[in-house]
Amino acid sequence: MIIGLDVGGTHTDVVLLGDNGLENEIKVPTDPSNLFHSVLLGLSEITTGIDPTKIQRIVLSTTLATNAVVQGKIPAVGMIVSSGPGIDPECYCTNPYYFVVSGAIDHRGREIEPVQAAQIHQIEQHLQKEGIRYVGVVGKFSIRNPAHELQIKDMLSNSFEKVFMGHRISGNLNFSRRIATTYLNAAVYPIHKEFYEAVQKSLAAKGLVLPIRLLKADGGNMKFESSIELPAQTILSGPAASVMGAVAFGSENKDTLVMDIGGTTTDMAILINRAPVLDPLGITIGEYKTLIRSLETFSIGLGGDSLVKLSGGELNVGPERLGPAMAYGGPAPTPTDAWFIKGEIINGDREKSFSGFKSLAKSLGISVESVATRVIDVACKNILTAAQQLIDRVNSKPVYTVHELQEGYLVRPKEILVLGGPAPYFAKHLETVSDYKFRVIPRWHVANAIGAALARTTCEVTFFADTEHKFAEAPEEDFSQTIDTHFDSQAAIENAFRLLRDKAIARGANPDFLEMEVVEALQFNMVRGFNTIGKNIRVKVQVKPGLIHGYDEVISKLASR
Amino acid sequence: MIKAKHKTGLVFFPAFDWAISPTHPEREERLLYTQDQIFEEGIFDVEGISELKPDPVTLKDVQRVHFCIPDVWSVTTESHFISAGGAKTIGMAVLDKDIERGFALVRPPGHHANRVVHGARGFCNINIEAIMIEYLREAYNIEKVAIVDTDCHHGDGTQDIYWHDPDTLFISIHQDGRTLYPGSGFPNELGGPNAVGKTLNIPLPPHTSEEGFLYAVQHVIMPILDDFRPDIIVNSAGQDNHYTDPITNMNFSAQGYAQLTSILKPDIAVLEGGYSIEGALPYVNLGIVLALAGIDYTHVKEPDYDPDRIRQAPAVTDAIEKIGETVLAIWQQREHIKHQLMEKTDPGRRSRKIFYDTDGIQESQKEQIQICSDCAGALRIDSTSSRGMHILAVHIPRNACNACRQTGHTWYETADANDFDIILLQDRTEDKYLQKKVN
Ligand SMILES: [Zn+2]
Ligand SMILES: [Zn+2]
Repeated sequence: MIIGLDVGGTHTDVVLLGDNGLENEIKVPTDPSNLFHSVLLGLSEITTGIDPTKIQRIVLSTTLATNAVVQGKIPAVGMIVSSGPGIDPECYCTNPYYFVVSGAIDHRGREIEPVQAAQIHQIEQHLQKEGIRYVGVVGKFSIRNPAHELQIKDMLSNSFEKVFMGHRISGNLNFSRRIATTYLNAAVYPIHKEFYEAVQKSLAAKGLVLPIRLLKADGGNMKFESSIELPAQTILSGPAASVMGAVAFGSENKDTLVMDIGGTTTDMAILINRAPVLDPLGITIGEYKTLIRSLETFSIGLGGDSLVKLSGGELNVGPERLGPAMAYGGPAPTPTDAWFIKGEIINGDREKSFSGFKSLAKSLGISVESVATRVIDVACKNILTAAQQLIDRVNSKPVYTVHELQEGYLVRPKEILVLGGPAPYFAKHLETVSDYKFRVIPRWHVANAIGAALARTTCEVTFFADTEHKFAEAPEEDFSQTIDTHFDSQAAIENAFRLLRDKAIARGANPDFLEMEVVEALQFNMVRGFNTIGKNIRVKVQVKPGLIHGYDEVISKLASR
Repeated sequence: MIKAKHKTGLVFFPAFDWAISPTHPEREERLLYTQDQIFEEGIFDVEGISELKPDPVTLKDVQRVHFCIPDVWSVTTESHFISAGGAKTIGMAVLDKDIERGFALVRPPGHHANRVVHGARGFCNINIEAIMIEYLREAYNIEKVAIVDTDCHHGDGTQDIYWHDPDTLFISIHQDGRTLYPGSGFPNELGGPNAVGKTLNIPLPPHTSEEGFLYAVQHVIMPILDDFRPDIIVNSAGQDNHYTDPITNMNFSAQGYAQLTSILKPDIAVLEGGYSIEGALPYVNLGIVLALAGIDYTHVKEPDYDPDRIRQAPAVTDAIEKIGETVLAIWQQREHIKHQLMEKTDPGRRSRKIFYDTDGIQESQKEQIQICSDCAGALRIDSTSSRGMHILAVHIPRNACNACRQTGHTWYETADANDFDIILLQDRTEDKYLQKKVN
């Protein structure tokens, strides 16, 4: 059996999946000041009366790292950054202990300027004196040659508890994001480690001795042990959880839009043949743009509890939320109240909804029922506009070859999967005012926890080879080798797949069902004068995000019951 | 957080799957390291800098500018449509005010492509700046356009297209034609009789450095631009003046290009040449982008940059000051020069030979412009290529006066179908492109 747990802002959802589909589901209140308690409570309740040896997998999606960052509850971190030509690296300053040092590497991985040991030692002493225990070391173009980062780390490592290096974070080029992401990893490391070690220990005390897995922002999971090196990967996994919960119900070989209509916001994502579309660079958390791979999502401030008001004679819905719907004792009119007035929702105080809409009706000179209709129209229109914006954004991603520009795949969903509290009411109306087919996904109220439970282990590998300089490397994997002039993109792909396989298995993937794919494979002849001096090869491979194998039966039961 | 002072848009289209030939300077690898630098710098994360996806231009966009022989598809590839489309996408975003300035970092280039196209010259097939400008003139309310071509090679194609247009000021600053392809671009090339002084050429001696370029921009180009008052300024931003460029002999730098961009303040920059793909392009392109956006570029320096090593000789400085005076004088005395020109016999006719180095074609042109004080004048081009094509191309300019329209139509209609393989009319007053049936 599998346990999936997703910590939300107000509730923590936990599900137990087994041969009968959804064996059990639990909701416990989230206590943001004591997440450990919320997680433990959810896990103990769901496992009550269950034989611990029957549990094969536990996947958690928490807001731990996100809260720590957003609330600033993170320790002081030292950042040592070497740059070289370009934008002033001071512009990327992440925190008070941020030092720009000598040393530069260029786009081919050649050293332009060496590291100065004396300078590093001075910073080391300063950071030690300040009591700093975690350090990030980042160089421009370090993924083309990590030598300087490694060198600096070697100079430091005895003085600090942990040193994070930029080249281990992602194979993507983006210096400022590499800095921010390395900083976040160093900053959330202690809380991350302490928290999950405690969870693991508590579970072990209950007889649940298995590696816990953590959901990532890209909709895949990784074992806690592997997350220690990259704790920031688990940041903002919440939206991914819901989307993965919808994946099971997406149509094969089709584009599907997933829409999570909540109280305050509506979050959207796109599935192509049941695989979520990813953000090519990485997630933004607070002020930090990162290299943390995530789903491509789009959010608008519109949900069932959004404030309805008049502005400039026009009905306006959201983005503010003052409280729940008036029918549930809230302070101001909301779309949910409109559904009450229409008689679609009945389990609350319809009179209060009516009274709330009266002043709007008076100002507009129409009946309360007409106001309700208009509010729903406006909300639906905004939701559909946002859906189109997400589709346009995905389709307008720049491409760099003639072939892609001509033949590039354009997303054109015909079907929208909806989940969230007001989803059933909205779905019905959205379908009447658009050409999309809407489906409310089964078990939508715990789709997030189901998504966490069923998500696959994902990872990617970036491989770079330069036959003039006779080296190949995958910096994230701490891999490098010498190559001869015959090395080509096919060899690069084979090597990259081998590294990916090892990485995925180490992170907890099922070796028998590894869906690996080539994301990018470019090979350039490097020509100087009229001579070809070598090949420049860039390959990116990944384990496709999706659901784990062997649970089709479980999924079909989720849909049917 | 870095913020752009000027909202800047970029089309980046490196055409990673297109080359003239595997070892040609215009090959797949050309913008690879520029991409590395732009991505590593996180340019598209800067608040106020956005990346736009290019929409390819249409057949009509190309035919608004060119006479392609025998037809558009025979002398272009899809990559040319996308490259021109990149420029057009930027131009539209600027005029729609989505962005304040823009840079089309695209390939293949276009500034050696003439109005009549029998094939590729100087790595260019169609003129991407002209296609953009003429589209913008058709779709938006702009008339006066200034094009400043800072590529190391003379922008002879752009010069050819705007030779007769009084509303387009074309200024090319380049390495002296006696020392470099295409061998033209001297101050006495100053526009046709209807547009005297609207073409200006500033040939610079080999080994001109930052000092010389910036002098010419500040003391020659800027005063003329201020005087002309264009609706938009387009920069054909070739980067082959760089001290490491393998096919030229100049000593310009990334810092220099960035400063030039800050002074020129182009609304739209379009990449042209530049073949030092590792030593120059990553840094020059970054410098231009930062300068356009109004972001500090003082740290953008080539790894081997040494201003002392590339400093120009005093003789070079003297020569540049002299050429500057000549060009300023031409601009100031353009009316007078026009009168002198009109006194020559048949000032509206010229004959010339055009060589297509990339495709090895020889073209002979006989050109006739209707002298007119009310418009750019109807243009008749009789062209023969070494591929055996003999064509007649008639161009009626936008804003043509009635007389010139009439003349253009008469030329087209009375052309003897037995004399030509192809007879074409580009009627810009109706935005039409017609081909006459020949036997
Ligand atoms: Zn050039
Ligand atoms: Zn006229």
